[in-house]
Amino acid sequence: MADDRQIVVETAAPGEIIAPGYTFGTITDQISSVVLTRKTPLFWFAAFGIGGSLLMLFLLAVTILMVKGVGIWGIRTPVMWGFAITNFVWWIGIGHAGTLISAILLLLNQRWRNSINRFAEAMTLFAVACAGMFPLLHMGRPWLFYWLLPYPNTMAIEPQFRSPLVWDVFAVSTYATVSLLFWYVGLMPDLGTLRDRTKNPIGRAIYGIMAMGWRGSARHWSVFDTASLLLAGLATPLVLSVHTVVSFDFTIAIVPGWHSTFFPPYFVAGAIYSGFAMVLALAIPLRSVYGLQGLITDKHLDNCGKIMLATGWIVAYAYMMELFNAWYGGNTYEQAAFWHRMTGPYAFQYWFLVTCNIVAPQFLWFKRVRHSPVLLFISSIVVLTGMWLERFMIIVSSLAQDFLPSSWGIFRPTRWDWATYAGTIGLFMFLFFLFVRALPMISIFEVRTLLPQAKVSKEAKS
Amino acid sequence: MSDRGIYGVMAEFDSPSQLVSAARAAQAKGYRKLDAYSPFPIEELTDALHLHKNKLPLIVLAGGVIGGLTGFLMQYWIAVVYFPINIAGRPLNSWPSFIIITFELTILFASISAVLGMMALCGLPMPYHPVFNVPRFSAASRNRFFLCIESADPLFDRVKTAEFLGTLKPREVSEVAQ
Repeated sequence: MADDRQIVVETAAPGEIIAPGYTFGTITDQISSVVLTRKTPLFWFAAFGIGGSLLMLFLLAVTILMVKGVGIWGIRTPVMWGFAITNFVWWIGIGHAGTLISAILLLLNQRWRNSINRFAEAMTLFAVACAGMFPLLHMGRPWLFYWLLPYPNTMAIEPQFRSPLVWDVFAVSTYATVSLLFWYVGLMPDLGTLRDRTKNPIGRAIYGIMAMGWRGSARHWSVFDTASLLLAGLATPLVLSVHTVVSFDFTIAIVPGWHSTFFPPYFVAGAIYSGFAMVLALAIPLRSVYGLQGLITDKHLDNCGKIMLATGWIVAYAYMMELFNAWYGGNTYEQAAFWHRMTGPYAFQYWFLVTCNIVAPQFLWFKRVRHSPVLLFISSIVVLTGMWLERFMIIVSSLAQDFLPSSWGIFRPTRWDWATYAGTIGLFMFLFFLFVRALPMISIFEVRTLLPQAKVSKEAKS
Repeated sequence: MSDRGIYGVMAEFDSPSQLVSAARAAQAKGYRKLDAYSPFPIEELTDALHLHKNKLPLIVLAGGVIGGLTGFLMQYWIAVVYFPINIAGRPLNSWPSFIIITFELTILFASISAVLGMMALCGLPMPYHPVFNVPRFSAASRNRFFLCIESADPLFDRVKTAEFLGTLKPREVSEVAQ
């Protein structure tokens, strides 16, 4: 169309983030076409189908849980937390990378984040949704979850605010709410774009209602920028606090292997580590299926790989300090707990997690590995496995062998443990691919600002 | 010429630089009731239209303070007054353990006020706005840059304002129906 004359910049200046040759129009068209097309790739149907099937498995597992109770899981004294809390900590940790990308990297002015923040934030939301399932189901009577909240009631009892489990309720629900708000605010301009571009009247009505009348006015943008920065400033301490509070669930207790002051930073680093692994595990297939290599470039994957390597070393340091503290602290039970981890019934899992979390990521030192999407994808899956094992190790091995050998017991997951866990992976995939289909998975307006032609010339500035 | 019946006159530009120059020119000409529309935030445009100050930080501060007070006072009241439990003789007002929920509610209230405050200051949700009457305006969310001088401006004149906008090298100048 002659009407669509564009200012085309052929060669990108050094230091540009996205591939050269893009214009405001082509960026808009490429990202919105994923949503506004009738042609959905086979990959989407496959992924959505797998997610949907696992979601059905989840519903089955939850139904049986409701009928029979939590005894269908392998949780037996002394390991009453089992898979449920392992999965909770794992999922909520995965969510942290989304907030890190959207809030902390915004405050640090890391503009490359603009291509990946949207789906990373969606990942956060869905991971928190999956995480939230476990404490609720683990309560045994999930329909009474509101007993966790302070409200006037005829029983005349209230929550115990000195308990980390109550702190967790507030931390996780605040985190879910703030992540949703931040994500939605960032979506509004792009919903406006979809409203203006869709040819489907129903779609236009839905996107129009969701965009709330956004019209890209300078007044809107000015307030929007302030709001984004403020929300980022609020989300930054929040995200650090959430996994800190999760770690308090452990450290406030006196169980050997848990009662330690370095758990908060150790948990946060592990959260970001597994979260970036999930970002890579999602970004690599998505960009190749939808041909988004120009927007999510090798540079992005390279940066995520580097962050994984750095946080992996923080986690490795935490493992070493954990052992050092146990030895140097001179507490017999603490020393025994770590000795049991390395040589006891869970020794295989322990050494497997050390391999996954410390040994395997060292390949990320090599540029060739960081520039190969396939190898990066594999290492992200390895890290996700390792981090899950880490949560499992912390929870199960400490509970299985605490102070008195007479009260020791081994945890054996049942098929319903596995079904619930696989089911939340299904819930995650189901929600995520719905999101990919219905909303722009890359922030269109933020990617526009990455273009060289988005800069205002010097003459206009004066 | 009658100015009634239209919302304003709108010019369409190709690049952010043109829009910023045009906004400055219109400001210099004395127009004050004007707004610019762009597909992404432009820092210089905010400067040109003198929009840097807004009340959002104050709203968020107020929300955060209210949230913090709510969080702490709720816990204090429940733990000390309404439902006191003596656990191994520890003080009822064990404030260090109340800090976390105080912090979480501070963040929660501040974030909600940031979003509601943003919508209030932007006047959203707004089901109808005259600028959408211009058919070309749908490109404002894609790749075009618009400057609209509103008929509410004292200097506004249907013909002269359109002529003035015409001198700024726009792609097109159009009237915005009310």
